[in-house]
Amino acid sequence: MTDIVLNTAERFRKRTKKRLILLAGSASVLIISLLVDISWGPSDLSIFDAAMAIINPSGASPQINVIIWDIRLPIAIMAVLVGAMLGVAGAEMQTILNNPLADPFTLGISSAAAFGAALAIVFRLNLVPGAGEILVTTNAFVLALFSSSLLYAFTKIRGVTSETMVLVGIAMMFTFNALLALMQYGASETQLAQIVFWMMGSLARATWTKIAISLVILAITVPYFMKRNWALTALRMGDDKAASLGVNVKRLRVEMLIGISLLAATAVSFVGTVAFVGLVGPHIARMIVGEDQRYFLPLSAVASALIMSVTSIVSKAITPGVIYPIGIITSLIGIPFFISLILAVRRRSWG
Amino acid sequence: MTLEIQNLSFAYSKKQVLHDISVEGFKSGELTALIGPNATGKSTFFKCVSGVLKTKGAMIKVGGFDIRETGMQAWNRNVCYMPQSFTSNAALTVFDVVLLARKHMHGWRVGDDDLNVVAETLHMLKVDHLSETFVGDLSGGQQQMVSIAQAVVREPALFLLDEPTSALDLRHQLEIMKIIKDVTQSRKIVSIVALHDLNLAARFADHVVLMRKGKIISSGPPREVLASPELAETYGVTIDIHESKEGVLSVAASL
Repeated sequence: MTDIVLNTAERFRKRTKKRLILLAGSASVLIISLLVDISWGPSDLSIFDAAMAIINPSGASPQINVIIWDIRLPIAIMAVLVGAMLGVAGAEMQTILNNPLADPFTLGISSAAAFGAALAIVFRLNLVPGAGEILVTTNAFVLALFSSSLLYAFTKIRGVTSETMVLVGIAMMFTFNALLALMQYGASETQLAQIVFWMMGSLARATWTKIAISLVILAITVPYFMKRNWALTALRMGDDKAASLGVNVKRLRVEMLIGISLLAATAVSFVGTVAFVGLVGPHIARMIVGEDQRYFLPLSAVASALIMSVTSIVSKAITPGVIYPIGIITSLIGIPFFISLILAVRRRSWG
Repeated sequence: MTLEIQNLSFAYSKKQVLHDISVEGFKSGELTALIGPNATGKSTFFKCVSGVLKTKGAMIKVGGFDIRETGMQAWNRNVCYMPQSFTSNAALTVFDVVLLARKHMHGWRVGDDDLNVVAETLHMLKVDHLSETFVGDLSGGQQQMVSIAQAVVREPALFLLDEPTSALDLRHQLEIMKIIKDVTQSRKIVSIVALHDLNLAARFADHVVLMRKGKIISSGPPREVLASPELAETYGVTIDIHESKEGVLSVAASL
């Protein structure tokens, strides 16, 4: 073997190592962000205090325990999990639809969930107080799943391409937005306020049950997606090429869509509409490690989780004592940051 | 290694594209040129044999394995179909996608031998310098070279190459055809290459198969098939065949 050949292989090895280091680095930053998020709040706790209360709850004062275990930890962990779910869903939507704009928000899943939530809010008058919260979540979940099943139904039609599916998704977004507007038009002022508040997205809705459910959904979908990493990477070279490499393109799309729907529906129904995280996270991951799914998928999850975690910190930091809705922050801060990143990096992100 | 095909028919919804094709006589180590006018079913033929399109009732046997009884994974390990071209804007490097073609069915582990095979193949095709280029930044010809690299690293028993030289300049056309021929001979595999350029077919093929409207109407050594009245009729041209002192065939067509 000549030096040139060995050199080419060696460079690839180095790049692989670099990718792994970047992945590990991002994960470390995420853990730091998580700790900052837990220790940040109106009652001054140091990172050390927070860490101690987590490691050894019996050693901390009851007051600190309540703050950490009942308020801060669920919110901070929910931020990370929702980010990861939206990131994975966005990354794989972009992959299977071959479209850089695909994410749960742009394809109408969030709008459908919001419509579901609005349905619950407007009809909750008949329900026992206390059960309403669950109804809003389940309703949002059902509608989100319904909208992605519509997308799924379209994949079954002969001759439907990924472009058609994106168009269907966008059409659904507008349809559900119109239905939502109709609900808002008919709603009372209190209901209207509730609907608007729901749509802004809030991590304060986090509970340990929701965290457990999110973990289960991630534990089912992510390993499955990772198992298909070669096929998914191949899909990015076009359907024909992927098929020639032995990928059952149609089946892969359908299976992925089911997983993506679960992830997106869970995330959106738990914390409300969070715009662009599922779009921005994967794009950042793509810029950093490229689209080899072995690195792209985990980094999409980590990057999106990091965005959500930072958003959670920012939502508390702007005005002490006030928590701003995360949906607003992700759009207002995330998007300019993302655009500047694209301009600064000037590397291939997508075409 | 042999390839045997019986009763291969295929229709896209109602449009019949392949009509009951039965063909054998592909020998290992031999390069077969599949020729025929545009839209005559060459790509469909490849897609059926490779299993990308599902056929009903056809018997396709590669080295004793029948497509009807073999799982697609095992089938794809032996049969490598390379589509006409691919366009991709993915953030994947040339090395990534060639490695992908080698490893797509073997799971996570990438060994040193895999990396070396990819690097050697890129070197053989003289595209080392592109190994870290994104596939979206390649020219059409370069993408075609990458496609061929992807086919070579898979080490299949049957090559089905659809117009592998269509985007290449004259020198690269000759180089690529020579590489395909060398690989075919050294690995003793069956290669079927769809070609529009009859001169390339005349020069490199051991065997020529002529397709017309979804049927195989002539098959044999290049000298015979290229000079046959069927070929002239299929293309609607008159053909003159020349042979150089070195024994290289060339074809001149006129209206």
